[in-house]
Amino acid sequence: MKDLLFKKALFTASLLLLLIGAGMVYTLFDGALPAFDAFGFFKFIGSTAWDPHPDREAYGALPFIVGTLFTAFLALLIAIPFALPVALFTGVYYRGTKAAHIIGAIVDLLAGIPSIVYGLWGFYTLRPWIIESGFSTGGFGIFTSAVVLAIMIIPYASSLSAEFLSMVPNDLKEGAYSLGATRLDMIQQVVFPFAGSGIFASFILALGRALGETMAVTMLIGNTNNLPLSLTATGNTMASVIANQFGEADGLKLSALIAIAFLLFILTALINLAGKFIIKRFNQ
Amino acid sequence: MENTVNNNMIDTLITSNNVRTPLIVEDAILTFKDVCVSYAPGKNAIESVNAAVEKGKITAIMGPSGCGKSTLLRAVNRMHELYDYIKVTGEILLNDQDVLKMNAMEVRRNAGMVFQRPNPFPNMSIFDNVLAGYSLNGIKLPKAEREALVEQSLRNVVLWDEVKDLLNKKGSFLSGGQQQRLCIARAIALKPEVLLMDEPTSALDPIATNHIEELLLTLKKEFSIVIVTHNMSQAARISDNSMFMYMGELIEYDRTNTMFTNPACQKTEEYLTGRFG
Ligand SMILES: Nc1ncnc2c1ncn2[C@@H]1O[C@H](COP(=O)(O)OP(=O)(O)OP(=O)(O)O)[C@@H](O)[C@H]1O
Ligand SMILES: [Mg+2]
Repeated sequence: MKDLLFKKALFTASLLLLLIGAGMVYTLFDGALPAFDAFGFFKFIGSTAWDPHPDREAYGALPFIVGTLFTAFLALLIAIPFALPVALFTGVYYRGTKAAHIIGAIVDLLAGIPSIVYGLWGFYTLRPWIIESGFSTGGFGIFTSAVVLAIMIIPYASSLSAEFLSMVPNDLKEGAYSLGATRLDMIQQVVFPFAGSGIFASFILALGRALGETMAVTMLIGNTNNLPLSLTATGNTMASVIANQFGEADGLKLSALIAIAFLLFILTALINLAGKFIIKRFNQ
Repeated sequence: MENTVNNNMIDTLITSNNVRTPLIVEDAILTFKDVCVSYAPGKNAIESVNAAVEKGKITAIMGPSGCGKSTLLRAVNRMHELYDYIKVTGEILLNDQDVLKMNAMEVRRNAGMVFQRPNPFPNMSIFDNVLAGYSLNGIKLPKAEREALVEQSLRNVVLWDEVKDLLNKKGSFLSGGQQQRLCIARAIALKPEVLLMDEPTSALDPIATNHIEELLLTLKKEFSIVIVTHNMSQAARISDNSMFMYMGELIEYDRTNTMFTNPACQKTEEYLTGRFG
């Protein structure tokens, strides 16, 4: 009897969560409909227009989709060469030692810092450096945002990867050593293949975080509505354009922003699904 | 004939007071001289082991749980080195070279190890598992040679007929006994001089165990084998010489026949008759 009740409670809780999720998607879609109706779903996605003038009001999501993917993938690219060595250090080479614990704790600390702090650091420290180096005049833009995003996602990618790396059974490591392998060979041929799909999952997760990160990017990307096509270009990501403009938006513009939120939701869901699919393929 | 030996070996064996019946072998593949292993400072898990392991024979290491069998075996291929806190002292000669002074990778290539639990590499195909010793050492073989080596190694462990059509599949779907034979194939593919086996059949059923035992009897023509076993009838069936260890010491070392029919030490007799262990 008690068991049955418990089961029912679990079922209800899961169902409720599912309903909330479905409700969210529905309200997003509902709010986005006017924009999709006015411009057409695919036209909206492919258009670079962003004109709130009442006579020729037109909106498109392309610059922000490009800005999102550009910053997120660039951030991932910058993060990998830092995250992997840290993961190897804490998860394999110095696994279980004091040094690994200290580094692991610092990395976890980095993961807990609120994004506004990263944003401020980017604004007051990184941006002046970039101006000084002559890389860009204003210091805002894709590259600046990507660097800060990379720093933000390194802790996620590395601590999760380290966990997967340290899950490699000792049996296998000793098996490799017993055949005369050096540590490097062992890591390349036994540890990485074993932990590969897990490491991949960590990076997908990190990418997902970079896609949706809002505050720091809003402060650093320059908040322009053009298609960002170079490292020094300013622009907006899907998240930053919403954060930046929804306060004064109404009518069709508000609907366009909600439509962008809907697309961001789809994009992150797709990326996660793709990640899971690849992991499945890996594991076969 | 068994008793014609070089003098210095007699010296080390006779001066050691813990082996009651120091087996004198003529042609030693491995020689332990005052080998101690400690997992914690000031406490030896293995206390001054002296013995010579005969070439081309099967040597069984027996003794109650926790007496140090695995510890002794793992000293040979320097597995202890993988963990900072473990200390090994003394000399272990492989042929006439002190393994503790050799390059560790070279030692491990020459002293293959088979573990208690089968541990094929799950990410590699059966084919690649057999050749793992080569790929892990960065040795590239020509295709024909690789194929011949895989076939020969798998035939040696009587696995070829079962897996010859599945060579590109992962090894992890094989049965436990098949996996263990694959691990033996992986070890012998590197053509080591000695095979170190730590209870290789304890995770297997009687039929698979039987397979492996028969296999060891054929393999000993090519490789010297040291096998840790809890199973006394197994030791009696397959080994030529037997060591009996107790609380970190080598208590008795003799021809298996002699030890089983006429043990010199009371502890050995108690163990062999099942009074403890
Ligand atoms: N990694 C380790 N750290 C600390 N002590 C250890 C370690 N491995 C083994 N020991 C200790 O060393 C002693 C010998 O252990 P060993 O594993 O060699 O015994 P064994 O004869 O192989 O036993 P079994 O038959 O149960 O496998 C035991 O007292 C054990 O508790
Ligand atoms: Mg053991």
